[in-house]
Amino acid sequence: MSLTQPVSVPAAVTTKLSVEHVSMVFERDGKSTHVLNDISLDVGDGEFVCLLGPSGCGKTTLLNAMAGFLSPTSGEIKVSGEVVRKPDPRRIFVFQERGVFPWLTVEGNIGFGLSKLPRLEREKRVAYYVKMVGLEGFEKTYPQELSGGMKQRLEVARALAVNPDMLLLDEPFGALDSITRLIMRGELLRIWEAERKTIVFVTHDIDEAVQLADRVVVMSARPATIQQIVNIDITHPRDISSPRYLELRDGIFQQIGLAHKV
Amino acid sequence: MNFLSEPRKWERFFWPILASALLLALWHYSVVWSGTKVFPSPREVLNGMGDLLRHHVLWRDIVDSLRRVAAGFGAAVVLGVPLGLTLGWYPAANQVVNPVMQLLRPISPIAWIPVAIIFFGVGDRAAMFLIFLGAFFPIVVACISGVSNVPSVFRRAGRNFGLTAPQLLAKVLLPAALPQILIGLRIALGIAWLVVVAAEMIAVDSGLGYLVIDSRNSGKRYDLVVAAILMIGVIGLVLDLAFRRLEKLRSVRWGFRFES
Repeated sequence: MSLTQPVSVPAAVTTKLSVEHVSMVFERDGKSTHVLNDISLDVGDGEFVCLLGPSGCGKTTLLNAMAGFLSPTSGEIKVSGEVVRKPDPRRIFVFQERGVFPWLTVEGNIGFGLSKLPRLEREKRVAYYVKMVGLEGFEKTYPQELSGGMKQRLEVARALAVNPDMLLLDEPFGALDSITRLIMRGELLRIWEAERKTIVFVTHDIDEAVQLADRVVVMSARPATIQQIVNIDITHPRDISSPRYLELRDGIFQQIGLAHKV
Repeated sequence: MNFLSEPRKWERFFWPILASALLLALWHYSVVWSGTKVFPSPREVLNGMGDLLRHHVLWRDIVDSLRRVAAGFGAAVVLGVPLGLTLGWYPAANQVVNPVMQLLRPISPIAWIPVAIIFFGVGDRAAMFLIFLGAFFPIVVACISGVSNVPSVFRRAGRNFGLTAPQLLAKVLLPAALPQILIGLRIALGIAWLVVVAAEMIAVDSGLGYLVIDSRNSGKRYDLVVAAILMIGVIGLVLDLAFRRLEKLRSVRWGFRFES
């Protein structure tokens, strides 16, 4: 793959998620706030897409609508052709680390969505995902005793255990320190490459978006529109000091209207 | 010197024992110096306690009091927890019930004594009813606020994994609210122990409350009065400590802060 030519998403990839002219208006105390304005976006099966935008721009609102927690004021969101009307275990929303259940052990959390499975099958699945996110030896530990990064991995494992088609991640690493955040990005990519889920990842961190995504969807301030969709045509593992990486990153910086000098 | 440092092991026992000893001494010398004929000295109280134990009155009274608390508190838990969870779950229902509950809540169970006697006559059931009233409202209120304070992240995660409403209540809301519910239960148990003593002074003729009032009425035995009062304190403390152990269970520990 050339490092200088932008490459579009192969047309052969089937569309997993399609957002069609979605607008969102919140009514509160007689005031109406326009949060999303005519958003249209297609995400391919197995694709990793980052929604990038300033804080409070409505990217989390869009993610909530994709999950089925909110319904759009107008427009439709479809997953595999079906209109999204309510939450579904086939697309799991991953919150920041506070989303794990503090009253359950690591095992209990990972097995939370698996109560329908027979016991042996469930134990096998739990053990598999404990291993995948590197929490061996902590099976009986409660989240309170885990570090922030471990809690986040636990939540990802809990989501993966129900074998969803899609993961919707809402600034999942926002509360972690910068070193842990880097490690977690690597972990997430490793898991994504192993499981090939469709991932929509909300962040306000430009570097994070460029390091992770196949495509970065740059959103404007409220009411959010899509400003630009940037293809990140660098293969993983990405060299974050390569000219192409810096070029793409700087392009997004400019797009958002930031000169990256401190 | 570091005032934030943990007290040393010997200090943990030494200071409370010293304080108790000083209090006993103060009590003893106050009685001696004031020359009171009515209020007993610590030694007399100890003898009184011995008397009660020898005549097997104390055990029977303790058992009677505990039995009434168990029945009244138990009924309050059995009815109050499901009601509180339901009201916390359906805010609309809560709005209907809330005004009545807020009106009933500040009424001391003692005020219900005449009503309880009309309903149940003088006897065990009147006392249990009063204990029930005292414990019921704190339990319901704790469950309501416990459920409505569950972070929306947990509810949404539960719904995301496809839980039905009853499953969500059992697997997410109840465990998430449990620490707060336990605090409510502990407060309710403390109130139940307060109420049983008052109820027994009026509505029945056994139990520690009855022992207090009876010791005064039959011959002004203030040594027995104070002995019974001390017993009430000790048992209340033991009940509270026993309940606190529940807060250390691993699945609710996250909701509490511990000193160590």
